[in-house]
Amino acid sequence: MAKKTVVTAEINGNSTEFLCEPRQSLLEVLRDTLHLTGSKEGCNNGNCGACTVLLNGKPVLSCLVLGVEVEGAKIETVESLAQNGQLAPVQQCFLEGAALQCGICTPGFLVATKALLEKYPQPSEHDIRFHLANNLCRCTGYDKIVKAVQTVAAQ
Amino acid sequence: MNDFAYAAPTSLAEATKLLQESSGSVKILSGGTDIIVQLREGAREADLVVDVKKLPELQELNFSATHGLRLGAAVPCAQVYDDTRIAAAYPALVDAAKIIGGWQIQSRASIGGNLCNSSPAADSIPALIAHHAYCEIVGPAGKRNVPVEQFCTGPGKNVLQKGELLVALVFPPDLSHCSSAYERFIPRNEMDIAVVGCGSRVQLNAACDTIEFARIGLGAVAATPKYAQEASEWLAGKPANEDSYTQAGELAKKVATPISDMRGTAEYRTHLVGVLVKRTLTTAVERAKSFKNP
Ligand SMILES: Cc1cc2nc3c(=O)[nH]c(=O)nc-3n(C[C@@H](O)[C@@H](O)[C@H](O)COP(=O)(O)OP(=O)(O)OC[C@H]3O[C@@H](n4cnc5c(N)ncnc54)[C@H](O)[C@@H]3O)c2cc1C
Ligand code: FES
Ligand code: FES
Repeated sequence: MAKKTVVTAEINGNSTEFLCEPRQSLLEVLRDTLHLTGSKEGCNNGNCGACTVLLNGKPVLSCLVLGVEVEGAKIETVESLAQNGQLAPVQQCFLEGAALQCGICTPGFLVATKALLEKYPQPSEHDIRFHLANNLCRCTGYDKIVKAVQTVAAQ
Repeated sequence: MNDFAYAAPTSLAEATKLLQESSGSVKILSGGTDIIVQLREGAREADLVVDVKKLPELQELNFSATHGLRLGAAVPCAQVYDDTRIAAAYPALVDAAKIIGGWQIQSRASIGGNLCNSSPAADSIPALIAHHAYCEIVGPAGKRNVPVEQFCTGPGKNVLQKGELLVALVFPPDLSHCSSAYERFIPRNEMDIAVVGCGSRVQLNAACDTIEFARIGLGAVAATPKYAQEASEWLAGKPANEDSYTQAGELAKKVATPISDMRGTAEYRTHLVGVLVKRTLTTAVERAKSFKNP
């Protein structure tokens, strides 16, 4: 077995050290080692977006990143959104706009939306659909998600 | 996933040494959007994975109006299309970078990795061919250059030898009255594999009514992406109108030797070559005209 490596990264604002094997994905590390279970495993091959996290500010699929690759990087997961038990505006809008049903896709959508609004504070519907195209939802039909993003952008 | 060791060299010399000297199977990792999936599914095996993202030469994104573009092999798609100068000078490349997967994939997936994975349907390759880009390869014996249309040798296969890696893609400078476009045909809007992909680049005369020079690249029509040489050369000196585009499409069909699969029959794919050549030439000419009076 390849040697486990010590990796140090800033995760949700905290400097974090973890041990992992080179073959472990960032998603496995987050969920199984660090118990940050907000990021979901939908497909484990890059198709569904449920495992989306921000890596140095960019939305990426944590199932397609190796844990060892994030040495020195800054990671933000869905757990970074709510502060002191208060939901972030984007979470509030998804909740009030009923932009979820089973909720498996929601953490990925929330993280991708956060990145989208940083890039385009006033996104057009095209911007929203383009940037969220890597996030699949089996339940909602997407319109409520798009509306929730528009609502939070309008605030 | 099988067990493997990981290394992230910080110099080209160190990287080629690692690639050359390792006894087992070595795989290069750039954005990982192909290789991690392949390792996980057991389609490829590695004893050592060499992450090339820390090599400065592979992160270069250097554009100059006189020298053209030097695109480091590991630069992710999103960085390519977020650069407005590149978007203006190399529209076919940007069209392709914007449809490779979704945003999360584009934040990691590199054009270099898309080429090295050497899928016949890879979206960036016909665009690279249209742009007349060449590959800069470094290995134990030094540096060599290979035109993109000669890089792939079969599905998933290319000219890279043991110890070699792709360092950069080099593009000639953009000229006035010149532009390009890439389009693929897919049955749905997002996140799909090209049934056929086509990149076209045109150089117009000063009056913008005649094509002086053209290059057409095709994907998913053969075992490797193709340069439609006859169609491209035929276009030189022809009027920039629909008849020319249709005729070029007919000539381009000659390089298509597609397979039939659940995504489309060979006949359908051949038909699509004509359609996409026409569409991309139309867009490229429109873009070239509008560049005349920006
Ligand atoms: C959900 C999903 C959707 C996708 N959609 C599309 C699509 O629409 N169109 C499309 O064309 N592709 C698509 N892809 C594939 C696309 O993401 C990849 O082809 C990507 O561009 C590869 O780049 P990478 O940096 O991730 O390469 P990696 O996965 O890191 O590497 C790819 C291959 O190239 C080799 N390699 C990488 N860099 C070098 C180098 N510098 N020198 C030598 N060898 C190297 C690797 O060893 C590996 O064999 C999709 C993938 C996923 C997971
Ligand atoms: S679990 Fe990562 S994209 Fe589906
Ligand atoms: S709410 Fe169920 S997958 Fe989106």
